Amino acid sequence: MNEDLFREEVRQWLEANCPAAMRQPITSEEMVWGGSEVSFTSDDQRLWFDRMRDKGWFAPDWPVAYGGGGLAPRQLRVLEAEMRRLGCRQPQYNLGIWMLAPVLLELGTEAQKREHLLPMAQGRVRWCQGFSEPNAGSDLASLKTAARLEGEGDDAVFVVNGSKLWTSYGDRSDWMYALVRTDPTVPKQQGISFLLIDMKSPGIEVKPIELISGKSSFCAVFFDNVRVPRRHLVGPLNGGWGVAKKLLAHERAAMSKFTEGGAPSHDPLDVARPHLFDEQGQLREPALRDQLASVMMDAHAFALTHRRVQAQALARQDVSGPASIMKLVQTEQEVAKYELLMRALGADGLQWTEDNPHPPSQDVARAWLLSKTYTIAGGSSEVQLNIIARRVLGLPAGGAA
Amino acid sequence: MSRSVNLLPNDEQRQLGEAAQTFLAEQAGPAAWRRTVAARHAHGFDQDLWRQVAEMGWTAAVLPEAHGGLDFGWQGLGLVFEALGRHLACTPLLSSVVMGGGAVMACGSEAQQAHWFPRLASGEARLALAVDERSRHAPHQAKTVAQPHAQGWQLHGTKTLVLDGLGADAYVVSAQVPGAGLGLFLVPAGAAGLTVEPIQMLDQRPTCRLHLDGVQIDAQACLAQGAAAEAALDQVLDRARLCLSAEALGLVDDVFARTLAYLKERIQFDVPIGSFQALQHRAARLYCDIELLRSAVMAGFEAIDGNAPDLPLLASLAKARASDLAERVCNEAVQMHGGIGVTAEYDLGLYLKRGRVLAQTLGDATFHRDRYAALKGF
Repeated sequence: MNEDLFREEVRQWLEANCPAAMRQPITSEEMVWGGSEVSFTSDDQRLWFDRMRDKGWFAPDWPVAYGGGGLAPRQLRVLEAEMRRLGCRQPQYNLGIWMLAPVLLELGTEAQKREHLLPMAQGRVRWCQGFSEPNAGSDLASLKTAARLEGEGDDAVFVVNGSKLWTSYGDRSDWMYALVRTDPTVPKQQGISFLLIDMKSPGIEVKPIELISGKSSFCAVFFDNVRVPRRHLVGPLNGGWGVAKKLLAHERAAMSKFTEGGAPSHDPLDVARPHLFDEQGQLREPALRDQLASVMMDAHAFALTHRRVQAQALARQDVSGPASIMKLVQTEQEVAKYELLMRALGADGLQWTEDNPHPPSQDVARAWLLSKTYTIAGGSSEVQLNIIARRVLGLPAGGAA
Repeated sequence: MSRSVNLLPNDEQRQLGEAAQTFLAEQAGPAAWRRTVAARHAHGFDQDLWRQVAEMGWTAAVLPEAHGGLDFGWQGLGLVFEALGRHLACTPLLSSVVMGGGAVMACGSEAQQAHWFPRLASGEARLALAVDERSRHAPHQAKTVAQPHAQGWQLHGTKTLVLDGLGADAYVVSAQVPGAGLGLFLVPAGAAGLTVEPIQMLDQRPTCRLHLDGVQIDAQACLAQGAAAEAALDQVLDRARLCLSAEALGLVDDVFARTLAYLKERIQFDVPIGSFQALQHRAARLYCDIELLRSAVMAGFEAIDGNAPDLPLLASLAKARASDLAERVCNEAVQMHGGIGVTAEYDLGLYLKRGRVLAQTLGDATFHRDRYAALKGF
């Protein structure tokens, strides 16, 4: 279809179908997570969810046969651009669609696609990721959760024992895609398989993890002789490491869905300004003003880099270098910002209660504590630095991994 | 002339940048710079190189077509400055065209533009801008005074850090006009009461002081005064700051590349020192900041060509980062090179010295963070 015509059609449909309230920046409490226990806090949320689902636009570029919208890549870009332009929220958040599905579409069997893609595209199944373990963090390949194959043919099952850590929303998810050890006798990357696990299976126990900032979405998941049919193996047996690498290649795009259209985190100037000046409007501490300017300028330069990388990618230039710095830079800037805001707030930042929800005056302190997770989760800063040094700068491998 | 502006330079602009890289890789660089210094040229730079620069049209790039310019846009010129920085090339392109010529562009009369632009474009004449007066950059606080006198003006005061001031044909001088605020004045070289005193600089680039002792100029020599002069000066300085930031970007890019190469070839404890994680992480952090600077510089030049209102903010953002990074990359480079890095024979010192001067010219990082905060209203 003619692109301009399609754009016009999309624009009209969004104008007519996206409720005004769904064009406001979203807060984390307002996120709708597709799944068997999907819940809504307003009728507009449900309306927007239903309409986008019926249009096939939870997964706009998948084949219609799997519940997608059947859009060509160029049409998908038009849809995304128009949603951004109107400020439309994501109708639902779904790790299955954004992370697992690209891998299933590429490597899954026809039966796996039929079993898992349609429920995802309809927002009926919620997925979580089971990668990290208590002793496998940055060194993910050393994971030990064991899956022992029993039986043969159609009746074969994996018996899973072990535990996963830092599983986001493990307590609210229907299924997990997980890395498990299927051969402990070979070099560690070569004995890992990629398995889809029904979270309702007997033998699974999920415990939410409380953080220094309070309640969190992170969970620990324990497996005690959990039986997983062999048909839920994705990719070859002991070929899971390669599947995971492909999946993580989609992580950057998926993460951007979470930040896009989201309410901005604290504006540093808004928070700090009342503490910069005394009653006469005189600057109290010039050093604080300099540090605030520095934090704001860092964020400004990052936003310009984000824009530059997008423009270069659109122009089909190689952006692998600058793209590889984004996670590191963004998370370290957030950490530095919250350190500064805590200093700027002085005594006002130090109040704390265990109440949930907490008073808004404690937002900054909680955000400061939560920011500590940013530079650890999703590949720690040290891992990011290793990647830049080796892959972008071409520095030689040393003693460590 | 209006042009559609994009963050990414267009093909023509990229070609200009690539041509500059190719040319300067042959004609400039540390060895050529050492020869230039040893030759003790009258005005402190290589006239032959300057002539070729003018022939290639870099001097005409941002001047209007009506007066011998090419009106090619600033994004292309930005890539030229990046190349100048990368190859440690010394030319009066910034002082004469961007700063002196920029002032005439911002507030010169039609007759002044018709007189100067063709000469600046061909390189046969040069202008220089005299703004600074004290150790730290404070462009709105001139002590130099311009008094109304007879049919014109009389100037008293001293200007410092006048870039490429030796042998310039005229100077654009900022001065306080009693009751009116700042003024910009065009002072011809050789005017009675004007003394040009060379300053020996750390980076050995030609720089001087101007002593104005009752210099008399006619009425037309006042380009602007009051708010108009301040606005013109800010615009000229912001464009120049972005050119310096682009030069610094080219410089740190090259210093970083040299350092990476050294990390890969230098063997200690039987391995390349670049295999040590402590050095890898420091190098990776430098790379991140170089990429952030690149984005800020690109956005700044886009703002010049697009006449964007946030040019002052972007110029201060870019110059603050460029100043900080010039310091940090050069310092890290010296440390990672070890002993060889502090020898006069090795070229790194030339970049360190140039980087230090770049960092402080037209406002260092502290100056520009302060300005950024002021522009943001705090």
